[in-house]
Amino acid sequence: MADPVDPSSASACVVDGSAIGMPQLCADWYLNQIFWLLVALVAIYFVLTRIALPRVGAVLAERSGTISNDLAAAEDLKRQAVDAEAAYEKALADARAEAQRISAEARAAIQADLNAAIAKADAQIAEKTAESEAQIAEIRAGASASVAEVARDVAGEIVRALGGKPDQGAIDAAVDTRVKGS
Amino acid sequence: MAESAEGGLVFHPMDQFIVKPLFGEAGDPVGMLTLTNHTFWLALAVLSVVLLFVVGTRGRAIVPSRTQSVAELFYGFVYKMVEDVTGKDAIRYFPYIFTLFLFIFFANFLALIPMSYSPTSMIAVTAVLGFGVFFAVTILGFVKNGASFLGLFWVSSAPLALRPILAVIEVISYFVRPVSHSIRLAGNIMAGHAVLKVFAGFAAIGAVAPLAIFGIVGIFALEVLVAAIQAYVFTILTCVYLKDALHPHH
Repeated sequence: MADPVDPSSASACVVDGSAIGMPQLCADWYLNQIFWLLVALVAIYFVLTRIALPRVGAVLAERSGTISNDLAAAEDLKRQAVDAEAAYEKALADARAEAQRISAEARAAIQADLNAAIAKADAQIAEKTAESEAQIAEIRAGASASVAEVARDVAGEIVRALGGKPDQGAIDAAVDTRVKGS
Repeated sequence: MAESAEGGLVFHPMDQFIVKPLFGEAGDPVGMLTLTNHTFWLALAVLSVVLLFVVGTRGRAIVPSRTQSVAELFYGFVYKMVEDVTGKDAIRYFPYIFTLFLFIFFANFLALIPMSYSPTSMIAVTAVLGFGVFFAVTILGFVKNGASFLGLFWVSSAPLALRPILAVIEVISYFVRPVSHSIRLAGNIMAGHAVLKVFAGFAAIGAVAPLAIFGIVGIFALEVLVAAIQAYVFTILTCVYLKDALHPHH
């Protein structure tokens, strides 16, 4: 590194392929560095402004547009789903009310039939009862007449068995009195 | 870049920064239009931008391919940075800021390729970038705000007695901006790459070679971070300076 500066070398900053001091400070290269730097910067700037930035910006805008559209569509679908659910609930409630109405109607019809049947049965029962009561009364009347007759016959026989002469008129009167009094 | 010469170890950690003709030897004359290694690595950076942003996005897909989503990531990242730091009215300067970011980003990362040359480690490059931003922002400030741009230096929220002193400090800090702006970038990249070479030189010595190789791996990882962070820092500072130009009042 301590070699003397080679006069044949065009750059005083480099001796024998090695740098003397900081190559950063070698003024021989400044023009070249700055020129090519400006070329590179201008190249990047034009690539960006002519092609890249409009493209990326458009893609990003399009994407955010798509996303907001999709979100709006999702919102719409959600609203539709809510509507559909409400309609379903309403249909369900209607069906339930209808079912209740039908069952109430059926119950009322059955009740009416039942009432009619009961009334009819009651009437028949009442009729039979009256008929039976009439028969019973007849039987009872017949029975008391028979009792009086049997009593007269028995009383006459008793009197005859006791050796007496049955007075039919007195016996009848006595039996009648007894039967009536009992 | 280390040779075990007779006198022991000789390092040439700065040789990687030599600008030389593409088809020549180090030390050959370099004119303004000479195709140099500098030209080559700048061209690679431009090519990377074209590959990512033109070839990568050629599908214009709503559902992006991997390359396109990386391009969109860059776009969105810098766009949001400009929007957040500088404001909505600065979106028209977004292409310039994006150009700066992409150039520095790709130049930094391409320089991490072994045997490469690092354009962003050259003070000539970063000074053009830094002073370019400085002049653009200053001219823009005066064009947009006229003389009231000078209100940037007059801190109206400070007590009146302090304002002249603060104005002096503000003016000094304003003019130091381009210097720090450019030297920060060049210094970070140059230092990292030089340290890599120094470790590489030590790797030639058997005894410390394992240590040196671990050092290279560690420094390289750090350099990957630095490459991205310096691109980010340069860009966000540009945004901050631009904000000062557009809204000079504190």
